[in-house]
Amino acid sequence: MRPFLYSRATSLEQAMSEAAQSHAAIMAGGTTLVDLMRGDLTGAEHVIDIGHLPGLAKVELDGPVLRFGALARMADVAELPFLKQNYPALVESLQLAASQQIRNAATLGGNLLQRTRCVYFRDGVSDCNKRVPGSGCTALDGEDREMALFGASDRCVATYPGDWGTALAAFDTSIEISSAAGTKTVKFADFHVAYGDDPARESILQPGEIVTAILVQATPAGRHSTYVKVRDRQSYAYAVTSAAVALELDGDRVTAARVSLGGVASKPWRAPAAEAALVGQVLNQAVALEAGRAAFADAKALRHNGFKIDLGARTVARAAMVAKGKH
Amino acid sequence: MSGIETMGSEATGPRMRVTLTVNGADHDIQLDPRTTLLDALREHLGLTGTKVGCNHGTCGACTVHIDGRRQLSCLMLAAAAAGSAITTIEGLAGADGAPHPMQAAFVAHDALQCGYCTPGQIMSAVACVAEGHAGSDDEIREYMSGNLCRCAAYPNIVAAVREVAGSTMAEAA
Ligand SMILES: Cc1cc2nc3c(=O)[nH]c(=O)nc-3n(C[C@H](O)[C@H](O)[C@H](O)COP(=O)(O)OP(=O)(O)OC[C@H]3O[C@@H](n4cnc5c(N)ncnc54)[C@H](O)[C@@H]3O)c2cc1C
Ligand code: FES
Ligand code: FES
Repeated sequence: MRPFLYSRATSLEQAMSEAAQSHAAIMAGGTTLVDLMRGDLTGAEHVIDIGHLPGLAKVELDGPVLRFGALARMADVAELPFLKQNYPALVESLQLAASQQIRNAATLGGNLLQRTRCVYFRDGVSDCNKRVPGSGCTALDGEDREMALFGASDRCVATYPGDWGTALAAFDTSIEISSAAGTKTVKFADFHVAYGDDPARESILQPGEIVTAILVQATPAGRHSTYVKVRDRQSYAYAVTSAAVALELDGDRVTAARVSLGGVASKPWRAPAAEAALVGQVLNQAVALEAGRAAFADAKALRHNGFKIDLGARTVARAAMVAKGKH
Repeated sequence: MSGIETMGSEATGPRMRVTLTVNGADHDIQLDPRTTLLDALREHLGLTGTKVGCNHGTCGACTVHIDGRRQLSCLMLAAAAAGSAITTIEGLAGADGAPHPMQAAFVAHDALQCGYCTPGQIMSAVACVAEGHAGSDDEIREYMSGNLCRCAAYPNIVAAVREVAGSTMAEAA
């Protein structure tokens, strides 16, 4: 690990001004950052611990908006009765992520900003445009089972691993960002960036900017929502494929649908083609599978991840049927 | 303030002084900010009951309680733990030295083979019961999935947790 200075922020203002300096890194729960620093994957020389700042961990219904403080812990949010009842997809995405020890420490804001689990990025030695821009991408002719089918480029094919972000993509979500310049909100779809020329850049967040809240527009579709995660083992593993589905129903007929995909894309990935395939239909197994197929119609498979096209379609189909059954 | 002080730099980088509250006792230690809580416990305080497995958050061997919540000491900087009540496996026994009921249950159910994962399993299991996540075998398996056992003592671990959960629920009733 490269040497660094540790300081504990006592106010948001102080954290924002310290974080604007070069080689600074914000730490919330630390469950991603400490591991990245161990592999020298951040270049951080000053760690600013915001984990103890008061007031940023609240979850509340603020008029028509669900407001999640960025420092709320995954384990705590997963237990909220209001959320379990009205937004099962959000709760399930947290319950099915990582382990209880990690969820006890990890924050909602930090979760959004976790980095890819691509082995070539993490190993610290392989050519990787994310880690060393311009060095190449070993995954392009390497082991690519875990790599992305959507939003990748010829410079990087790594997947975004987070579950919470994938579930948020199935809702009307925005991110509140604070800096010395003030507070702004950006649409969640614009928060992460798909890989273009510069795969090292994964979000629009700039130095000195801190995520202070995640805002989800309240919706009746929350009740008919679910997050389905398929893993290589039953628990404590990242998604091979996952899907969040949120529905508005009139009897068995779908009147509105949101579908998002995890484990298969460079960022939380919304699937409008699947949504279009659901809306107006009486939802049954066949319609659900058709929507799943539509979600993956323009997937770009590499050599070893083509199986995710069928698996992913079936994951969407299962999620649609489970979402329909919720009330 | 929570017992953290930056002390200037040495050739190896910055140093700091922190106060860690472990098993009810305060310890002032000087350390490199890179030190994880896991390393501070083992290398600075000689509390070697907390084990190093993967050092990446994937195995659970390093599980401790921070203010009563189970967390991974390998993914936590020691400095970040200053000001919190840290409990390790060494702090679980009663004041009279009697093993914690979970420790006794692990012995009774032979819930270990080599024993390397065991301190982490027990710390996790105590919290699993306290959280109310030990209502069925399936729930125990799910909420204990952050603790791997290379010897695969899993069935006996589940039995030990279930026994303690059962008697805790009986007490609460
Ligand atoms: C073994 C293991 C298994 C896991 N499995 C899963 C899984 O199945 N699914 C899943 O979704 N996740 C999984 N995770 C990832 C885990 O959920 C994240 O590490 C965690 O959510 C990060 O939150 P944190 O608060 O600890 O972030 P930190 O480590 O503190 O920070 C992460 C990043 O975000 C930045 N950051 C944090 N908070 C803010 C903020 N408020 N504003 C601006 N920047 C910020 C930091 O600078 C850092 O770059 C796993 C992790 C491990 C170690
Ligand atoms: S040593 Fe911490 S989880 Fe393995
Ligand atoms: S008893 Fe050997 S690893 Fe669990």
